[in-house]
Amino acid sequence: MSFFSKKPKETVSVTYVSHNGAVREVAVPVENTVMEGAVANNIEGIVAECGGSCMCATCHVYVDEAFLGQLEPIAENEEEMLGNTAAPRQANSRLACQLKLTKALNGLRVTTPPNQQ
Amino acid sequence: MDGAGRAGVVIAGAGQSGFQAAFSLRTEGYDGPITLIGDEPHIPYQRPPLSKDFMAGKMDPDSLPLRPESFYEAQRIELRMGERIEAIETAGRAVVLASGERLPFDSLILATGARNRRLTVPGAELPGVCYLRSVDEAVAIQERLEAARRVVIIGGGFIGLEMAAIAAAQGREVVVVEAQSRVMPRVVAPVISAFFQETHEARGVRFAFNAAVTELRGAASVEFAHLSDGSMYAAELVVVGIGVVPNMELAARAGLEVGNGIRVDEYLETGAPGIYAIGDCAWHPNRFAGGLARIESVQNGVDQARCVAATIAGKRAPYDAVPWFWTDQFDLKLQMAGLSSGFDEVVVRGEAASRRFSVFYFREGKLLAVDSINRPGDHLVARKLLVAGVEITGAEAGDPGFDLKTAAASRT
Repeated sequence: MSFFSKKPKETVSVTYVSHNGAVREVAVPVENTVMEGAVANNIEGIVAECGGSCMCATCHVYVDEAFLGQLEPIAENEEEMLGNTAAPRQANSRLACQLKLTKALNGLRVTTPPNQQ
Repeated sequence: MDGAGRAGVVIAGAGQSGFQAAFSLRTEGYDGPITLIGDEPHIPYQRPPLSKDFMAGKMDPDSLPLRPESFYEAQRIELRMGERIEAIETAGRAVVLASGERLPFDSLILATGARNRRLTVPGAELPGVCYLRSVDEAVAIQERLEAARRVVIIGGGFIGLEMAAIAAAQGREVVVVEAQSRVMPRVVAPVISAFFQETHEARGVRFAFNAAVTELRGAASVEFAHLSDGSMYAAELVVVGIGVVPNMELAARAGLEVGNGIRVDEYLETGAPGIYAIGDCAWHPNRFAGGLARIESVQNGVDQARCVAATIAGKRAPYDAVPWFWTDQFDLKLQMAGLSSGFDEVVVRGEAASRRFSVFYFREGKLLAVDSINRPGDHLVARKLLVAGVEITGAEAGDPGFDLKTAAASRT
């Protein structure tokens, strides 16, 4: 584990709500993605098969409406991937690997769909 | 399936495939002991970013592990890092570690991966001649790249081109040496090779095609690469990306059949019942290849791991997944679905000039594969078309008004 950085990082709070209502609130470093935060905290419901390359559409989440306006807009590649998610796309659908956390997103709440594949 | 009180599953190799096998055994409900053995000192991590965002310094190194250490404890997966298996006792149902320790198993999954093919020319052992597969190797290249002004890359495949893109973006002088006449010659059509070559050249990368390195020279570390065409390039860093060879010696010593990898049947099982091979090392029947294949990709490793985990958990089914791959170079994402070798017709959908287009490969009118550049929607639909064997014609593929998604949904 010699190379994995050990320096303390600034974090924000992210809440992951599963489709059946289970709630987990965790601290995720700023600059990490919502997908990385899920993987690092063993959140079920985010598969992230490609490791965040916007390849697989298996990190689909529904973003709490209050935060929608503060997210980076949907880029062309993400837009196309969102057209192919396993669970239905909604107005608040995003791919968690494309959501980089900023301090402004402290308290972000996302819900994972019942299926990713 | 209740595996308590039994010897359990031993997984040889803790790369993406080995990790996924352990993960999927638990999600499939397998409850017995799982031991994951890897010869690297690090907990299982992702390799794709090593030649992409991690190499470029655009990724938090802490995001490299596939799961945090706590995951393995919570899932009762015993990690044995920095250990090697020396022998398999096929009749005795046990593996023997280098330390002499003997670990019994009910099922053994060989996920031993592959290793880089080494350059054998004079000077190949000079410091500054680097390979990329492990994170330690990636860090070593990063450190060399920092201090280098000129970089020679041997091999114009995925690894070579991803490294070239990163080095060029960081202002280094880059030369790529490729034995054949175009980039990525074994995997993509000439139209895509030409497009990627142009993109690299526009960012300052130079290419030496139909050439091989004959000698590397330098005093304390590498300084010059001499090519078969008589040319010579100065370089402080040489990265070699000339393919891999499967790690199958352990299997061969145990008497298992090997060829272009460890031979397995459609259930990914070797000739010894309960011993499986998955991922880069598995030489398996693949309908998309039209015969036996050994495929080096995240998809292949992950899907084969899932298949074997399901079998061990009592849900036996043959392996039958569509191969897919990707590479990121500069602002281009190339996504490949299916296997295109043997194609006799190529149809381009979209305009190459728009930097968003797909190439459809057919053989005798049957769709074999689709390569997409910055068109992930096409890629995902292509995977659906291929897995279901949906027939589309070349004319339809090339018609921008033809809706692929509807065809995928309505013709299955």
